[in-house]
Amino acid sequence: MSLEQFKNRNVGTQHYKMLDLGESPKTPWCRFKRVMKRTFKGELFVGLWVTMREMINALFRGEMHTVKYPFEKLPISPRYRAIHEMLRLLESGHYRCIGCGLCEKICISNCIAMETRYDENQRKEVSEYTINFGRCIFCGYCAEVCPELAIVHGPRYENASEQRASFALFEDMLTPIDKLNLQQEYPGFGAPTPYADENIKKTPLAY
Amino acid sequence: MSEVQTVENMVTITIDGIEYKAKEGEYILNAARANDVFIPAICYLTRCSPTLACRICLVEADGKQVYACNAKVKEGMEITVDTPTILEERRAIMEVYDVNHPLQCGVCDKHGECELQNYTLEMEVDSQHYAIRDTDRPVTNWSSVLHYDGSLCIVCERCTTVCKDMIGDSAITTTKRGGDALDKGYKESMPKDAYAMWNKLQKSLIAPSNGTDQTNCSDCGECIAVCPVGALVSRDFMYKSNPWDLTRVPAVAAHSSDGAHIYYEVKPAGIEDRTLKIYRVTNEWNYVSLDGSARFAYDFENRGVTKDKAAFDAAVEAIKKAETIRFNAMITNEEALMLQTLKEKMGKKLFNPEVRAFQKFLEAYKAASGRSLWSTDTDSIMKKSDFVISVGSALRHDSPAMKYAFNNVQKMNKGAGLYFHTIEDTLIEGFGKTVECFAHKPGLEEAALYLVLDLFADKEKLPEDVKTYLESFKRTESKTVTETVEKTVKETVLNEETGEEEEVSKKVKEKVEKEITVSKNGLVELLGKDSEKFDEALAKMLKKKEKFSMMIGEDLYYHPMAENLAKLVALIEATCDIDVVMAPTKSNALGVALICDLDDAQSGYTVGYNENGDFRLSALGDGDLDMPAMNQQEGTLTNINKRVLPTNAAVDYEGYELNDLMKELTGAPELTVDWTEKLPADKGFRAVKFDDLPNSFGNDGSDNRGYRLDVKTQEAALPEVEKFDENGMLEGEIAYRCNPARQFNDFTDKSHEIFEAFGLYTSKEKAEALGERVEVLFDNGSITLDVIVDDKMRGDIMKISDFKAAKGVYDLFGETRYKTVTIRKV
Repeated sequence: MSLEQFKNRNVGTQHYKMLDLGESPKTPWCRFKRVMKRTFKGELFVGLWVTMREMINALFRGEMHTVKYPFEKLPISPRYRAIHEMLRLLESGHYRCIGCGLCEKICISNCIAMETRYDENQRKEVSEYTINFGRCIFCGYCAEVCPELAIVHGPRYENASEQRASFALFEDMLTPIDKLNLQQEYPGFGAPTPYADENIKKTPLAY
Repeated sequence: MSEVQTVENMVTITIDGIEYKAKEGEYILNAARANDVFIPAICYLTRCSPTLACRICLVEADGKQVYACNAKVKEGMEITVDTPTILEERRAIMEVYDVNHPLQCGVCDKHGECELQNYTLEMEVDSQHYAIRDTDRPVTNWSSVLHYDGSLCIVCERCTTVCKDMIGDSAITTTKRGGDALDKGYKESMPKDAYAMWNKLQKSLIAPSNGTDQTNCSDCGECIAVCPVGALVSRDFMYKSNPWDLTRVPAVAAHSSDGAHIYYEVKPAGIEDRTLKIYRVTNEWNYVSLDGSARFAYDFENRGVTKDKAAFDAAVEAIKKAETIRFNAMITNEEALMLQTLKEKMGKKLFNPEVRAFQKFLEAYKAASGRSLWSTDTDSIMKKSDFVISVGSALRHDSPAMKYAFNNVQKMNKGAGLYFHTIEDTLIEGFGKTVECFAHKPGLEEAALYLVLDLFADKEKLPEDVKTYLESFKRTESKTVTETVEKTVKETVLNEETGEEEEVSKKVKEKVEKEITVSKNGLVELLGKDSEKFDEALAKMLKKKEKFSMMIGEDLYYHPMAENLAKLVALIEATCDIDVVMAPTKSNALGVALICDLDDAQSGYTVGYNENGDFRLSALGDGDLDMPAMNQQEGTLTNINKRVLPTNAAVDYEGYELNDLMKELTGAPELTVDWTEKLPADKGFRAVKFDDLPNSFGNDGSDNRGYRLDVKTQEAALPEVEKFDENGMLEGEIAYRCNPARQFNDFTDKSHEIFEAFGLYTSKEKAEALGERVEVLFDNGSITLDVIVDDKMRGDIMKISDFKAAKGVYDLFGETRYKTVTIRKV
């Protein structure tokens, strides 16, 4: 890879197109003339008409362009990184987290902590899991590194509360079991790309 | 004998165009490791024999492909680590290892420090070309500490190798896997070594060697340490933490006198409790092997201690008032020096029954030999000796380092061994074919040393009276033996065809009785062996042996004739070509013996430090004033290899320590470790600051930790040894003060991964005779104990544990290790 592009530090001279804006007025008289021209050209009424039209549309035709936040909310991008969610397996309802600790390791603000143990079914069980949202910078690394897509970023961006601990526990982030049918597959950071199948090398099987 | 540095023959080899020096006769892989050159290898352990399981250490030496782990270096050898064909082999081998290996790395304890992961990346395996049907490989628990997951196992056999060659338990072995045969087509398509390796891999798994599903071993956990993958893990550590989360604190194993180098691995105890907790102990397994106490007895810290001023003031008063301070071997050199200062400045008596006998023995040895300390160490024995003699040590219990050295010599150096002990130990008999075990009567340790003199001494050097004394045991006997002799007999037979009589010569075997004279050694017979058979065995054992070593154990220190024994040891060193190592009784016994002037008895008001007393300073959490445990303090310990080793604090401690008391009592420097440079130079210590002590191993395995004690030598005449009392053996019911393996003191007992119980250990037959629970009556008291079977011992002697200070077993035994007792069934 050539480093030329990094070495040219004359920012602003490369690929800009200059707009034809005409000449700027030079004398005070010319400036006065331009003000007068713009004031009495009638464009003011064009603007007022747009406002009026939109008001009529909004009030009488039901074409409102703003939302009544917080009663209404706009959908946000799937790549938006808000408070984490812990997903469940759709088939069994068991949480997906296997306790591998990669999120804990990769977290650059060191805000994830977990405890694991050997459970009765000879599996690794996550006995405690917290995220310190006072430190979290919502970088999304945890979702990206998670091999099971168990920890993902959800759309819940309203994180004002009396205590930050309010959403720091595993149970708070976990999809409620009765809302499992509403659980969405995560399309954001760390999710398989649409072309993932094409890039996979198959391992031979003997049976 | 002195510590002569033998100059070993060095050869020059070239690895990838760079010249290196290597010891003659060394394996290429070891030579490379010693010179900091990387040759990939999975199955080879530096101090054990090559298994040739993984075959990735393949290199090209002088144009030929060899396995670096079992090809020896030659002068001028040219070695290439990577050639295109070798790289192809290695990649194929790693691909084979990855066949059917579970891909759930996230839930594996080895994740992040896994050699399979590392080498798969190293060999750039990004696709798989081989396949075979998987076999069911179940998960089992082999013992109270071992967890084996067969599906993760790559059968590198490192665990079986270390168990056999180093530990000596040989508790695990390879077993049949019952997997499918490889597809015939692979034989042509695959690289040769990869195919051979896969063929072997597909046939085997690891299992306990006794045929059951439980190992019957000392639970040292060394197999866990060497496992390159997550197949063998500690049951307690299982899924508790990822290795990368743990901080490693270099320290010294606190319980036995090995002073093994360990890492305490710590991280916060949990999400709510952020105080540090030790999760496990790991070691540099290519350089040092741990015993069970070092690996599993780690959580003995004194938790939740705060500064209790009232208790502190009471402690100051108690020490001012005290006549005696009683303590044990579990103490750092610095603290020992503090106590010695208390003796010097305030006239306190120092009483330490664990160390006093050893100290006396050392003094007697010093007077007799002119050397302040013994001549060799367990590391040198392992590296150089090919004949070891152990006298007076219950090898399996007293000193793991000596046991490992004794075993390693048999396995690696084609060595032989003599084991003198009162208890027949089936494990030690199995260390090698050329191990002769003497199970003698208690009290005959002198006879054992005389026998060593008789067998190995340069008779020119021996004093006349000793020579005649030794000769007095010899006698010749005439004996009739029946021999089979072949004789040629001539016969006249009738030839049936011709009808003529012919003379035919025929060979006939005939038994002849013959009178021969045999020389018999009364010493051998006294020690319980047949003299003739022993002579035969010894002749075999002595073939091609060059370097002789002797290990001295605790029985000799606690012997009524300890002084004479010390003289005999000195005489052996002076007249035989034998190096000697002595096992300090426990923990830092050597440091205490050198630093403190101990008294023979306690009297008056006693302050006990981790021991019984009228006022108790205790790191066990049950005393009148809390003290930091060994994993909570910095300081130095002195070990069997005569090294002063630095240890660091692994977990926090908020309370008072001995140095705080010293500040009040006599004045003391700011920190405990400020005492390190004040350790007595006349005893061999050096004035080195604690922070300047190194703590590492060299690439060639040389121990560079701390410093070695200077051994003071002076000219000494040959010691005058006394004859021994041939009838001085103990008879009747004999109790022997001896801990089960892994138990050494209250601290090992406190640790949650040590399960060995306090009790009376004896052979199966004896245990059946005794019943479940007995009261053992001594002259000065009694103790009631559970009877526990030790299936590796034979005979009638009963081992009584001493690791609980509160039980006062040391007081019952007094200055001996063997006692005649009366048993009463309960």
